[in-house]
Amino acid sequence: MTTEIATRTLVEMKDMSVSFGGVHAVERVTIDLLAGEVHAIVGGNGAGKSTLIKTLSGAQRADSGTIVIDGEEVSIDNPRVAKGLGIETIYQTLALAENIDAPGNVFLGRELTTSIGNLDDSAMEDATRKVMSRLNPQFQNFKVPVASLSGGQRQSVAIARAVHFDARILIMDEPTAALGPAETEQVRALIRQLKREEIGIFLISHDIHDVFDLADRISVMYQGRIVGTVQKDDVTIDQVLAMIILGKKPGEVTQSELDELHG
Amino acid sequence: MAVTEESTSTFEAPLPPEEARDASSGGVIRRTLHSLELDTRMFGLILAMLVIWVVFHFWSGGTFLTPRNLWTLTVQTSIVAIMATGMVLVIVSRNIDLSVGSMLGFVGMFMALMQAEWLPAILGFDHPWTWVITLIAGIILGGLIGLFQGAIVAYAAVPSFIVTLGGLLVWRGLLWVMARGRTIAPMDTTFQLLGGGARGTVGGTVSWIIGVVASIAIVLLLIARRRNRLKFGFRVRPLWADVVLMVLGPALILGTVWFLNQYYLPIGLAEQYVEDNNLDLDPATLEIPFGLANLVLIALGTAIVMTFIATRRRFGRYVYAVGGNPEAAQLSGIPTKRLIMYTFMTMGILVGLAAAVQIARLNSATAGLGTLQELYVIAAAVIGGTSLSGGVGTIFGAVLGALFMQSLQSGMSLIGLETQVQDVVVGVVLVAAVAADAAYRRRLAR
Repeated sequence: MTTEIATRTLVEMKDMSVSFGGVHAVERVTIDLLAGEVHAIVGGNGAGKSTLIKTLSGAQRADSGTIVIDGEEVSIDNPRVAKGLGIETIYQTLALAENIDAPGNVFLGRELTTSIGNLDDSAMEDATRKVMSRLNPQFQNFKVPVASLSGGQRQSVAIARAVHFDARILIMDEPTAALGPAETEQVRALIRQLKREEIGIFLISHDIHDVFDLADRISVMYQGRIVGTVQKDDVTIDQVLAMIILGKKPGEVTQSELDELHG
Repeated sequence: MAVTEESTSTFEAPLPPEEARDASSGGVIRRTLHSLELDTRMFGLILAMLVIWVVFHFWSGGTFLTPRNLWTLTVQTSIVAIMATGMVLVIVSRNIDLSVGSMLGFVGMFMALMQAEWLPAILGFDHPWTWVITLIAGIILGGLIGLFQGAIVAYAAVPSFIVTLGGLLVWRGLLWVMARGRTIAPMDTTFQLLGGGARGTVGGTVSWIIGVVASIAIVLLLIARRRNRLKFGFRVRPLWADVVLMVLGPALILGTVWFLNQYYLPIGLAEQYVEDNNLDLDPATLEIPFGLANLVLIALGTAIVMTFIATRRRFGRYVYAVGGNPEAAQLSGIPTKRLIMYTFMTMGILVGLAAAVQIARLNSATAGLGTLQELYVIAAAVIGGTSLSGGVGTIFGAVLGALFMQSLQSGMSLIGLETQVQDVVVGVVLVAAVAADAAYRRRLAR
């Protein structure tokens, strides 16, 4: 039963290009995302991962290329448009207002209000408690500024914010970068949970173990281009590392290059 | 009320570990404050102020804690308090407004000229509409100046420190140009009432009514909040804590009204009162309370409205979000630039209101009107817990900060210190208050 759903394409990005001045940050990149899939995008610093993904979340305009969501071409000019399409982004920097509590952050920019336009804090807390009971049942600190929460709890808030609004497409930029081992495991469990809910996830990560633990497919970027997109089960960690470092597909790497890599 | 001890305890039983730790750590005072959900820092400020009051009372030979002095204190605090409520939002959004003193002067002079020269030329002297037209025009002018400065900050990306430093010079200069250095007096007789002179008060009875209405409002708000939280099954304060607040709040309000209502009209005004009302009484035996001054009520009303905007409306929520993390606010789709512009406009509107009250109180406008007020306003906000790094601050705190500073100045005047020496003390206290606050925050962070 899952095969039919799992092959449903949520996002197709075709020939995306972004340049800053004369530098091609992203050059003619084509990539897609299926429902219930974690598609990892990996690559070195400056490979263009974040820039590519920002064109989908509305934080960066592409110079050229098309984005197709559910078979329809769309123009994503700003974060609001992206959110309207069910695309939610969890940024590397978390993008939480540290001085505001969890419900305030979950609903930031989309507050629930009463009929006369007053903030309905109780309704927001109630909704946040419901999302959290699904994502992170241990979470209880709903009335304190998120600055006083641990890294893992803050990440739960960031994720709750994305999933509460029925995201179908989730972009996670380094979701475990700032976390300790236990918290990392918590976030990994969360991602598996979201996968089961048929959400498509673009996962950007430096952590090759995260990638191999969570991803279904892996796309490697090198100097603004896609080196290749592979099924995780078809490759080894070494092969992916070679793609990241050398910018070549497994078949194109010579033995001497591999030796150098290990040496 | 459908709230019983049982219904509260069911929501208290499964105390989550972190909240449990919060509640059980620290001494009895801390635990009590935690149950009452009162801010420990605000409690510290109130405590420090009470100490200052008692010290000055004895030092001045028993003249500080008198109805007359405290009544004057409320009047003196109001103008800085009105502006401080707006300054909180400006500072919370990571900006500053250094121009409010000069703006107060400029808008004040504009309103003075309007009611003393421009409108009388058209409508005649003491026309009943003069005060309204002047007041509204002044508030609009203040709002426009704020909007203008805010637009430069938000859209031209000039730091607010620079924009409003420019404003400090520009508005002071234009004030002089507008009036050519003249002093404009007197104000329209109705307009004067805004300032809370001998006639600009609401009297004893109305003060009591206001006190009672405010007390009922507090009790009803506490009940509504409790019911609402119970409806959702959230944790509520222990019942005793809510009851304590329902008694404490009204007691404080009614106690204040009672105390201030013992400031009676002096014999001259009492005679006038008897004459005006055709009473057959001996003025010397009459005890007619002034009641709360109009400008004090204006300041309180402003504080309530601003608190509502800051805590219950989207605008306020976004101001705090921008101050907490501008990038996050922007990524959430909040129109941050427009928001910043509107915080400055709000500040401008409040400066217009404060200017009206100030010239009404002084019954004149001079070239020096509002000089150095920006520093007192900023100091009030900061002493009241507003952080200059943004994101943190409350309207209530700023009003308390204004009262704290005015208490110091008033007390020092009573014991006969020169104003220059007073400035030294206020300066030292400002720095000490921020240092204490920083130390407190560091301790919290550990």
